[in-house]
Amino acid sequence: MAHSDALIAEDIEAYLASHEHKTLLRFITCGSVDDGKSTLIGRLLYESKLVFEDHLAALERDSKAVGTQGGDLDFALLVDGLAAEREQGITIDVAYRFFSTEKRKFIVADTPGHEQYTRNMVTGASTADLAVILIDGRQGVLTQTRRHSFLVSLLGIRHVVLAINKLDLVGYSQDVFDSIDLDYRRFAAELGIKDIQTIPMSALKGDNVTESSTNMPWYTGPTLMEHLETIVVDEGATGPFRFPVQWVNRPDLDFRGFSGTVVGGAVRPGDRVRILPSGTESNVERIVTFDGDLDEAIENQSVTLTLTDEVDASRGDVIVAADDLPAVADQFEATVVWMSEDEMLPARRYLVKVGAQTVGATIDHPKHRIDVNTLEHQAAKTLGLNDIGVANLYLDRPIPFDAYSANRDMGGFVVIDRLTNATVGAGMLHFALRRADNVHWQAVEVDRAARAGTLGQAPTVVWFTGLSGAGKSTVANLVERKLFALGRSTYLLDGDNLRHGINRDLGFTTADRVENVRRTAEVAALMADAGLIVLVSLISPYRAERRMARDLVGDDAFVEVYVDTPLEVAEARDRKGLYAKARRGELPNFTGIDAPYEEPEEPEVHVRTVDMSAEESADRIVERVLGIDR
Amino acid sequence: MTTLTHLQRLEAESIHIMREAVSEAERPVMLYSVGKDSSVMLHLAAKAFHPSPPPFPLLHVDTTWKFQDMYAFRDKVAADPRFELIVYQNPEAIERGINPFDHGSGVHTDIWKTEGLKQALDLYKFDLAVGGARRDEEKSRAKERIFSIRSAQHRWDPKRQRPELWRLYNARTSPGESVRTFPLSNWTELDVWQYIHLENIPMVPLYLAAPRPVVERDGMLIMVDDDRFPLAPGEVPEMRKVRFRTLGCYPLTGAVESQADTLLGVIQEMLLTTTSERQGRAIDHDSAGSMEKKKQEGYF
Ligand SMILES: Nc1nc2c(ncn2[C@@H]2O[C@H](COP(=O)(O)OP(=O)(O)O)[C@@H](O)[C@H]2O)c(=O)[nH]1
Repeated sequence: MAHSDALIAEDIEAYLASHEHKTLLRFITCGSVDDGKSTLIGRLLYESKLVFEDHLAALERDSKAVGTQGGDLDFALLVDGLAAEREQGITIDVAYRFFSTEKRKFIVADTPGHEQYTRNMVTGASTADLAVILIDGRQGVLTQTRRHSFLVSLLGIRHVVLAINKLDLVGYSQDVFDSIDLDYRRFAAELGIKDIQTIPMSALKGDNVTESSTNMPWYTGPTLMEHLETIVVDEGATGPFRFPVQWVNRPDLDFRGFSGTVVGGAVRPGDRVRILPSGTESNVERIVTFDGDLDEAIENQSVTLTLTDEVDASRGDVIVAADDLPAVADQFEATVVWMSEDEMLPARRYLVKVGAQTVGATIDHPKHRIDVNTLEHQAAKTLGLNDIGVANLYLDRPIPFDAYSANRDMGGFVVIDRLTNATVGAGMLHFALRRADNVHWQAVEVDRAARAGTLGQAPTVVWFTGLSGAGKSTVANLVERKLFALGRSTYLLDGDNLRHGINRDLGFTTADRVENVRRTAEVAALMADAGLIVLVSLISPYRAERRMARDLVGDDAFVEVYVDTPLEVAEARDRKGLYAKARRGELPNFTGIDAPYEEPEEPEVHVRTVDMSAEESADRIVERVLGIDR
Repeated sequence: MTTLTHLQRLEAESIHIMREAVSEAERPVMLYSVGKDSSVMLHLAAKAFHPSPPPFPLLHVDTTWKFQDMYAFRDKVAADPRFELIVYQNPEAIERGINPFDHGSGVHTDIWKTEGLKQALDLYKFDLAVGGARRDEEKSRAKERIFSIRSAQHRWDPKRQRPELWRLYNARTSPGESVRTFPLSNWTELDVWQYIHLENIPMVPLYLAAPRPVVERDGMLIMVDDDRFPLAPGEVPEMRKVRFRTLGCYPLTGAVESQADTLLGVIQEMLLTTTSERQGRAIDHDSAGSMEKKKQEGYF
């Protein structure tokens, strides 16, 4: 019945021509265990002739062996899944199923109803335009129905079909139908669900699934299939133009295109666009595809844009309509759905993927958790598996975004664990906490903060001072390794090494020592300006020069570490044999022997190497450095 | 305002997926099996990166037992300057002369295909492989992710698969892990045929009915494609007009009798037919849930 056999047999070409113009509808089915969801999906597949004879033979066999219908076809068996689940008699994931009719192709996200429900349903709902919510006619609106409806509204699905099932078991009663319908609409209004189509049904017997029920003459609305075939769902395509750059297309020097998918609105050659976050403007020159240039690209189309100016854009940037801009921000309020057995750790550094970019992020303590059954707000310190909460999200750098309610692709994100790389959560951006740059965003000055932002760290100069042989290099090396392991970008400037290069012309006179410190401080300051955490290991015996270095870098970003080893100890260790040489008079102006060392008065970190291992010292310094890191 | 057709939506989604795959991986590769799904993938890859050539090589994990027509077709693809084709044959399988007749379909597939694929991925250090599997092919595939994570041993662990929301795919891997990406996940067999028709995509002639020499084995019609085929004493292959709905190693691939010698004819038969595509593959019949077991072991 779904594919008209006569036309196929007579004029396959005409049939195909008509079928190539079908549209696509993605929907999700929600129901509690035993509401009849599998039976309904199985019937939709069966009725649209997607069940082949070999599958049907298996179905007949299985229906007799394990079916619940006394040997009649048990459609539910058509849609079970993984072997392990089959043994346990439950399904534990999102399954995608396909069927098509004369008018449309359908992708159904099928999610089972038990503990893992929230995670699975949120996943399935994220790509759906419509939700079919099943209710057992004998039970009416239950807690589960509320939960399903809440998740549907949370994920921004605008169209709901309320399928009141198993009406054969209540004598196809109109009263039952009417009271459930009324009940549900009252509740759905609170959630802001506007488009609701209620359909009385028996998935088992087939009433109002694909054929109008003769058992319920009082119902004059569409069957489920009619409704799915005709509903209009692409109202979202009318928003402003949004185009995350996925891939920069550069086959040769003459062509520079930006490949991506239109996730909002439409674009035509000549349109004025802005590239965010840089803020550069240009005009669309061509919309390039393999099949030739287009006059227009609309939502969901994957194309390549070229611009009239030679402007820079890279993966993760978003090309948008110049006259209808998204905000650019790095701090947000968001709804977060936690999907991992390891609970969310506020202050842990996660990765967040939004559009085509992946950014370092931390999530604050939840403001509240939402009980999906009662919709109550509860106090919570963290979020566990399947918890939903509202929290602030801090990103390492600003991103262009729209509120999720306005554009799913511009406001939906996933959270990734940095160590396991697992997807541990998902969320929806509400609004920016600081919206300073909202309207008049212009090309940013690329300054220290901007560069540090892309590295996700606070630039710092850690200045290790102390006697020769005090242990500066040992500790500095350890610190660098630890910072590196934590994903920080670092550079170690070692006094001894610098004397082989940039300071090669300097000796050990007081003047040369001062110049030595000055040059090193300048280099360190430049590197900090580039966004790095710079470790300087230098005897730097004079307070004044260390002060000068501090002023050059900026007090906020300067961490002075006094590696304090008494002269006798350093001299007793004398790893490089320098003290012995100095004592013999072979090294004039040796600090501590015949040149002074001025102890720091208020170092940020004071490391006494006789009391502390190098490891412990390094840990203290790392803590201090990251303490001033946001 | 115009709306996209379902094929345009599927095409755009596949292109999006391929672009994500190459952007997130360090060394991506596309698995090329010479079948119709591979032809569609190749076509989509050409579209996804146009005017650049696809930024990944193609990998054919060969078993030496494919149909002659498949090798001829593959070599034509390899001659296309847009594509770089790598052919890999498991040296152990060559040495031991693994074949479906002496070793059975299970061992044959395991050593040539499963092991061969693992070896090739390890050898070239590919961290992401794009494949043509579809969710509608088999019940257990309905839940497969579009970006599917494999352990260092190339095993598929249902517990480690990641939730996929919106158009956001997480392709990050830890050392040793790799990703399989399935851009055709949401296509059905009918979509694939319609698209081949609409876009005029070249495919191996074996999909069209022609008189071919066949013998019957375990209720399947098997084509005698070369003289390695062990005929029973006195057995003579019969010429019958047959075509193939799926292509693999010729001794393991069942033909169907058919008069459909044009693409339209094939689609017509497909729409009026009543058996599923995978029925012709010996490998799926072994046991219930067998595909899933294969997957856990690292079969694509
Ligand atoms: N009488 C009646 N039984 C139904 C109907 N729909 C489903 N069932 C039965 O309810 C039970 C659970 O159905 P199933 O589809 O497995 O539910 P699921 O857990 O929601 O997938 C099965 O025994 C079905 O045959 C219906 O409309 N009427």
